[in-house]
Amino acid sequence: MYDVIIVGAGVTGCAVARFLSAFKGSFCVLERTEDVCSGTSKANSAIIHAGFDAAHGSLMAKYNLLGCRMYPELSKELGFSYKNNGSLVLALSEEDIPKLEALMENGIKNGVEHLEIVGRERLKELEPAVGHVPVAALYAPTAGIVCPFGATIAFAENAFTNGVEFRFNTEVKGLTRSEDSEGNSFWIVQTAEGVLRTRAIVNAAGVYSDILHNMVSANKIRITPRRGDYLLLDRRTGGYVQHTVFQVPGKFGKGVLVSPTVHGNTIIGPTAEDIEDKEGVDTTSEGFDDLMEKAGLAFDDLPLREVITSFAGLRAHEARHDFILGEASDAPGFFDCAGIESPGLTAAPAIGKEIAQELAEKLGLPANPDFNGKREGFIDPKALDLPELAELIKRKPEYGRIVCRCEQVSEGEILDAIRRPLGAKSLDGVKRRVRAGMGRCQAGFCSPRIMDILAEELGVDVADITKSGGHSEVIVGLVKDRV
Amino acid sequence: MERTEYNLIIIGGGPAGLAAAVAAYDAGERSILILERETRLGGILNQCIHNGFGLHTFQEELTGPEYAQRFIDKVLERGIEYKLDTMVMSIGQGEDGSKEVMAVNEADGLLLLKARALILAMGCRERSRGALNIPGFRPAGIFSAGTAQRLVNIEGYLPGRRVVILGSGDIGLIMARRMTLEGAKVLVCAELMPYSGGLKRNIVQCLDDFGIPLKLSHTVVRIEGKERVEGVVIAQVGPDRKPIPGTEEHYDCDTLLLSVGLLPENELTIGLGAEISRITNGPVVNESLETSVPGVFAAGNVLHVHDLVDYVSEEAHLAGERAAEYITACKDAMCAPPEKEKQIPVAFSGGIRYTVPCTIDPDKIGDWLKIRFRVGDVMTQRKVVLCLDSEPVLVKKRRVMAPGEMEELVLTRKVLAAHPDLSSIEIRIEEDKA
Repeated sequence: MYDVIIVGAGVTGCAVARFLSAFKGSFCVLERTEDVCSGTSKANSAIIHAGFDAAHGSLMAKYNLLGCRMYPELSKELGFSYKNNGSLVLALSEEDIPKLEALMENGIKNGVEHLEIVGRERLKELEPAVGHVPVAALYAPTAGIVCPFGATIAFAENAFTNGVEFRFNTEVKGLTRSEDSEGNSFWIVQTAEGVLRTRAIVNAAGVYSDILHNMVSANKIRITPRRGDYLLLDRRTGGYVQHTVFQVPGKFGKGVLVSPTVHGNTIIGPTAEDIEDKEGVDTTSEGFDDLMEKAGLAFDDLPLREVITSFAGLRAHEARHDFILGEASDAPGFFDCAGIESPGLTAAPAIGKEIAQELAEKLGLPANPDFNGKREGFIDPKALDLPELAELIKRKPEYGRIVCRCEQVSEGEILDAIRRPLGAKSLDGVKRRVRAGMGRCQAGFCSPRIMDILAEELGVDVADITKSGGHSEVIVGLVKDRV
Repeated sequence: MERTEYNLIIIGGGPAGLAAAVAAYDAGERSILILERETRLGGILNQCIHNGFGLHTFQEELTGPEYAQRFIDKVLERGIEYKLDTMVMSIGQGEDGSKEVMAVNEADGLLLLKARALILAMGCRERSRGALNIPGFRPAGIFSAGTAQRLVNIEGYLPGRRVVILGSGDIGLIMARRMTLEGAKVLVCAELMPYSGGLKRNIVQCLDDFGIPLKLSHTVVRIEGKERVEGVVIAQVGPDRKPIPGTEEHYDCDTLLLSVGLLPENELTIGLGAEISRITNGPVVNESLETSVPGVFAAGNVLHVHDLVDYVSEEAHLAGERAAEYITACKDAMCAPPEKEKQIPVAFSGGIRYTVPCTIDPDKIGDWLKIRFRVGDVMTQRKVVLCLDSEPVLVKKRRVMAPGEMEELVLTRKVLAAHPDLSSIEIRIEEDKA
């Protein structure tokens, strides 16, 4: 019998797990895919929102602000990439300026600090790349950017080292409430891998959170996957923009953002299209055209030649457009973290902390005396100065062997990604942890080598190595095996 | 103490780097270091196990590894130093005009090297799916043709059993045959352009001989399959290269190979600050194949993408010789004294996309100089005219010219001698009405 089972190893589930691990109990995270961070958490804008956008009084507004304030410290404690780069919301015409003012007013009510409306001149100083159209902007210096993989993996790894169990490839098929002989209620969780029992459940199932919720509650919710296409530009474009640049929704539509990533790429996106398929992460050419056109309103000379990849992510959109958090009124012990769409990544640690606290109170969990909230991040040789780098390679020669030439990722980093607790099991798993294959050749050169390293480290045949788990095997066999 | 100073450092031990090293050595230079990122010399030739290499250089038909070995032997005979498994992280210039190279490998750790001259021979990479904005899912089973070639020829793995190829670049054509021979079924090769991007001989030997259809003016409009490729949809494109609705055809397949172009790999060059051509994506060079940074030369696919390795070797030979001359001019300093240069831009028209070199100093041409170029479209019944100071000095008739086949003109010292005060060089393509 577990005290808590968390369903979903995205950023929310992993954040809940991490804060829950500060309490004493038996906890388990169930994930339907092979790795953490493989749904909505892996494909989004990677933005830490300042918190002016969410409607005042909403849960989104509350947890956005709290989360935004937690990231700087958390990124240091848990060793993941975060940068406080500030954001700008552009007004594309004079008519948009009242909208900026309304946003600012909402932001101030939400508690966002240092908001400022800047005119074109100051805007050009802050962000010289801005094109000829924008007339003013709302400047939010507290906004930031984060590596969403890095953050999620850090939460998960820290939770794991503090005793939380993780089960992958374990989809939840059914949930029923039961009572033991002493009248204590508990949950029976049917999974693809057998039956588990737990005192409480956390629903952090992303786009599937409605399915899970509706298994136990009469108050039905409906999560619509809202697809967003993105374009990612070569690191060569690093520095093209300094801030995360949004557009105020206006006569040109909702607008798209152009932002640097923490790794020096430029990201453009997202589109917004409501779909039925909860796995519908296929991109569309209409989406690409839309992005290029809208981003072109903010910038005159976007380096669109430098696109290295495109992808789509699904936001878990709920009709009320707010997070659904906490214990369901008609299902005691069932805690929702549903409808976590933007600003979900920002809000995740604040939600995690809050839900963990609620669970601890409900279940009467004492503090975990052995809790260690610190985690060493992956060694990034590129962040070292030359004497440090020389010393590292002397000590660990595998860091002198570059496998991914585009992102200059060494074998040492790849081994670290695989050997760590909750380590990578697939090419995408390696990519998300240490960026091998994330660069301009998109794994063309390094994937054969990484497949060999994975096979050796995991003790499996190369033919079993997958791109991203399931039946995504990279090769189908050996040459001439059927000739 | 590890030696850290060389006269010449060559970045890349593929065909360009090897030929450049041999030429520099034969021109008298003895302090040479080749840095190679792979575990063996030879570069991409090691995975090109088909034949057809060396017809120009050796008057023989060799496989890629055989061709490479000829040059590796020359490097070994001369005792030229090289380091394998060594990745150059950055290059730059010191205050004394020296070229600085930062590299890493397992054995030496961090290497901080200095040289009087550099030859860039890093080769190229393949354009990826992402750069094409092909919509759809992102499952396993999408490979660039070169990655598939490595998997098959080096690792012995089969990337897939039912294959669609997008793009008719040479590697894609070679892999159509290779995958067929290894037991896969290649269904179709789709090419966006109305003409093939590869050599004619490869269309015949790799597609026609195996009954694989080539669909010109077609592209992939959709990739299906969430985990592994399950199918692709191909559609015809109009003159604007946009898909024509209603022409979609579905192919059941588990693999999509991309052979949609090669890109010179110039991240180091960009970091150095050398000028890069928007057309070739390679550095802008003069008649000595010297980049805009004096003492830094470039040759092979890092400079512009070649069809034949023979031409890479020839080009690299020139770079090697000129680097050796540069080093001689350095005397005791780490760089050569600046020269009064008389660089004349090579002007071009009539459908030429670029030339290598981009500028020429007539005083620095040996007995002859090859000017290489590509055209932007298929053309028939043409003549290539070389004009010096607007006077036609050379006319070369070409029945067919295509973007997939590199063209060349030879400018000789003898022709130049008649124009002592030369101020303009132009190459034109004209219709050949005769």
